[in-house]
Amino acid sequence: MNKILFSAVSKKFVMALAGLFLLLFLPVHLGINLMLLKSDPEPFNTAAHFMATFPLVKVVEILLILAILVHVTYGITLQILNWCSRPVGYAVRNKSDTSAFSRFMIWTGGSVLIFLVIHFFNFYFIKLGIVEGDPENFYAVAQQLFVIPSYAILYWICFLILGFHLYHALQSAFQTLGLSNEFWKPVIRVISLIYAIVIPLGFAIIPFVILLFK
Amino acid sequence: MKFKLKIWKQRDAHSRGSFVTYDLDGVAPEMSFIEMLTYLNETLIGKGDEPVTFEHDCHEGICGSCGMYINGYPHGPVKGLTTCLLSMRYFKDGETIVIEPWRAKPFPVIKDLMVDRTSFDKIQQAGGFISISVGAAPEANAIPVRKHSSDLAFDASVCIGCGACVAACKNASAMLFVSAKISQYALLPQGRPEGKDRVRAMIAEMDKQGFGSCSNTGACEAQCPKQIKLFNIARLNREYFKAY
Ligand code: FES
Repeated sequence: MNKILFSAVSKKFVMALAGLFLLLFLPVHLGINLMLLKSDPEPFNTAAHFMATFPLVKVVEILLILAILVHVTYGITLQILNWCSRPVGYAVRNKSDTSAFSRFMIWTGGSVLIFLVIHFFNFYFIKLGIVEGDPENFYAVAQQLFVIPSYAILYWICFLILGFHLYHALQSAFQTLGLSNEFWKPVIRVISLIYAIVIPLGFAIIPFVILLFK
Repeated sequence: MKFKLKIWKQRDAHSRGSFVTYDLDGVAPEMSFIEMLTYLNETLIGKGDEPVTFEHDCHEGICGSCGMYINGYPHGPVKGLTTCLLSMRYFKDGETIVIEPWRAKPFPVIKDLMVDRTSFDKIQQAGGFISISVGAAPEANAIPVRKHSSDLAFDASVCIGCGACVAACKNASAMLFVSAKISQYALLPQGRPEGKDRVRAMIAEMDKQGFGSCSNTGACEAQCPKQIKLFNIARLNREYFKAY
């Protein structure tokens, strides 16, 4: 039993599950964010309030924080072990035919993590009371942030990078969980592509509309 | 044909190696890469210099001993070929060819381009076999096997254990090798009874040998001279979780 807990295959299994859980949450988050497009702050603030207070959501929230922690720590641990597996590198760069998205997961993941920390300071920590602000009016907070062009640009870059991460992430998770074969592999690839375009695009549209029309 | 060869030279496992450049003229385009290196060694011996150490045996792509990293590609730039089947006509006349040994912690360099692949043997010894003696080939219809399964098992069984997957992988992971060895048994009824023990033991040994973990990048599949497919790794993961 010991062996299964510590094997690299199991660590990846846990990492994939945590990642998939985060992928399930993204559309929910996007759904709420899209309410920012309305000129009435009420629906967004009500949704944010609901997310902050409803007991069941609290449980999900704890699971989400756990999922982030697990996904990040396992990702970093495995990456360090992987680097250790090749102490002496090649003089000529590896030219094997692979997708660039898959080669830079640690870097795209790291960038998303940095964004997440900024995001936590802007919103989540206000809710927790660590950072000052009005947790009942996130609508105003978001609107204020998005009209700063440099913030909007940072936001777009982050979601572009998130898209890169997600495209490989989804395919990789299925493979790691053993849910891929010669028939499903191309299907999963298409689903990953759609997911990796639609979700980040949905988020990216919001500051675009706010900057242009408000 | 004429080539400038930059070859990794290293006296033994403990010494520091470096590249040595050789100019080689008179290479025929139909020579294999291994023949070209043998020709280089003959000229070196003729001059009283030390030859380059590299491994080769069958010269027909079935023994897996001839692996080397050529210009950034394990087994060279042509897909589906081992170094011994790679002919010099695939290179440009006058080209500089950089040749390095496989690089991975579990594959320490023995000398020059030759690496120690005992770690693969260890994984295989941990469970890559059927432990009862099965005697002569049984009557073909005695055990029914689906055609599709038998094809997939055959495709997995062509793995020659050369280590190109490890050499190509950015994580030096051996998952493609192990998945091929697991799949060839997992897909056939003869391999099922010991299936759980096999996958547990082989994965444990793989970790113990210090191979990296798979990040599903697919460099292994791209470089495998036997074109073992990535979905074997998904099967390996499946078999592993089912075993607990
Ligand atoms: S020498 Fe046997 S595979 Fe190349």
